[in-house]
Amino acid sequence: MMDRYSRMQLVAIYACIGVFLTFILLPFFEMFMTSLRPLEHLFRAPYQFWSDDFSFDAYRKMWETVPLLGRYIWNSIYISSMVTLLTMILVIPAAYAFARLDFPFKNATLSMFLGVNMFTGAVLLIPLYRVLRTLGLLNTYWAMIVPGVAFLIPTGIWLLRSYLEKIPRELEEAAFVDGASRLYTLRRVVLPLAVPGLIVVGVAVFIGAYAQQFLFAITFNQTREFQPLPAGLYEFIGYQSVTWNEMMAAALVGVLPVMVIFLFLQKYLVAGLTAGAVKE
Amino acid sequence: MNDSISAESISRDSRAPQARRKSLSEPIFGWLLVAPAIIFIAIIVAWPLAETFRLSLTDARLGGENYVGLENYQELLEKKKFHQVITRTFFWMFLSVSLKIILGLIGATLLNAAIPGRALFRVLVMPPWVIPIAIGCIGWLWLYNGHFGLISGVAQRIGLIDGPFGFLAYKTSAFYSAIITDVWVGTPMVALFFLAAMQGVNRDLYEAAWVDGASRWYRFRRITIPQIMPVIVSMALLSAIWTFNSFEIIWILTEGGPRGATTTLIVDTYKTAIGNYKFGEGAARAVVIVALLAAFSLIYMFFLNKVNKMYGNK
Repeated sequence: MMDRYSRMQLVAIYACIGVFLTFILLPFFEMFMTSLRPLEHLFRAPYQFWSDDFSFDAYRKMWETVPLLGRYIWNSIYISSMVTLLTMILVIPAAYAFARLDFPFKNATLSMFLGVNMFTGAVLLIPLYRVLRTLGLLNTYWAMIVPGVAFLIPTGIWLLRSYLEKIPRELEEAAFVDGASRLYTLRRVVLPLAVPGLIVVGVAVFIGAYAQQFLFAITFNQTREFQPLPAGLYEFIGYQSVTWNEMMAAALVGVLPVMVIFLFLQKYLVAGLTAGAVKE
Repeated sequence: MNDSISAESISRDSRAPQARRKSLSEPIFGWLLVAPAIIFIAIIVAWPLAETFRLSLTDARLGGENYVGLENYQELLEKKKFHQVITRTFFWMFLSVSLKIILGLIGATLLNAAIPGRALFRVLVMPPWVIPIAIGCIGWLWLYNGHFGLISGVAQRIGLIDGPFGFLAYKTSAFYSAIITDVWVGTPMVALFFLAAMQGVNRDLYEAAWVDGASRWYRFRRITIPQIMPVIVSMALLSAIWTFNSFEIIWILTEGGPRGATTTLIVDTYKTAIGNYKFGEGAARAVVIVALLAAFSLIYMFFLNKVNKMYGNK
């Protein structure tokens, strides 16, 4: 068979994968090990791989060091969920229009959306600050949700559009010919067929929203109660010293929600991205 | 109405467009669907962008603003430091994107190999992409620590360096350390897209080549690469734009230091505008970013079209 590997080849492939995965997972490994060490042992030179007093103390003490930690994790999830919801509401109709309908300036509009990818929040911070102030959104959840949505719309449209393009056009035409209105066709024919694609785009948007909170949080929100985890982690940096072990423990616990979602849906995710990246 | 429609009824009915009931015309319906997203982008991206252009022509600070014409730009043109920042940014982008593409290709090829355990490996590659950049960077920050970090510790153990080495403390090492972290963040997504593209390549091509006795390397070079070339080039552009704008990684690791060694354009903009409250000068830098990226993308698109034509894709 074509896919058969010799023993040597197998060894080589596994070795390369090992090196690759070491690079990818090293920070997580070290974060985990750090979270297990007592603080004094962290500041011990020369570096020691093994200490005999590993413990999960940091995972208990971190809630006391930063009392709002649970709140921060919840905020991260809440903000990302709201961003995902809003983004999907805006993206679904737009992606459908770009995939199926013909309207004036269609290509120009699509390029405009993709052009948004060229800016990050950092370029637009100053005026964005003023816009959010004018809208009265500063120092609320919305100060982090609204910009988050804007910068995820282009990716969302792009991913969903390529997915929708793969759905056979005939089904819609048939419904249309049967007398269904355009909106009905979209709601009852296209969307049910697009569920796998919607899940993929939704998860991708959620992950993106979870990842991008830091900048908007430190710039647009001063209310501690609303702060998401990446910004809240900085409370472990005290006046005297940084409680690295607890910070790592909190970081690992904080990424659990998104990791769990990812693990459950990764099959869909990979398959959905496949639909977008592969030509017919 | 019945929601499920059989394939036969489709082919019959699609030939009778006159049967359509009156409905919104296509252009109007299309615009109605796109409008909410456009309005949102207009308020949150387009208007601030226009504002940035306007601010770049003023000396806006915390106190107030006066129109100063092109003064900010003139100042940037004359500043030697700014030239260095631009050169550094492009160097940052080219090096980091090249590494991401190469590692992404290698990673995708490895993950595409038909071996036991590949489903697991595919999942294990994803975390840097899934978790918030800021959190991954905290891990790297600790790894790079000179006295207590793992990398310096291991290097000392095996005798590569004599004493503690703070990777983020020196100009050159800080720059390359930041590159490595940026590559770490960016590679999984690139690899995933390449892998997806590789899985989409028609297996008949490989089998035909295999029957003809083509080696693995030959098949990779003459089938895989050309087949996924469109994905490679579009991924490279996206990745280039993101890398150019990569802010959090540098900010968390070094804040642009030491002595400006990791100050790329986006960091310079942030420092000027947010750090020093020089909104006007910061806005001028932001405009330079937009102009450079737009120019870069246009040139790139031009080549993209050529490549796509060469490989016979739309």
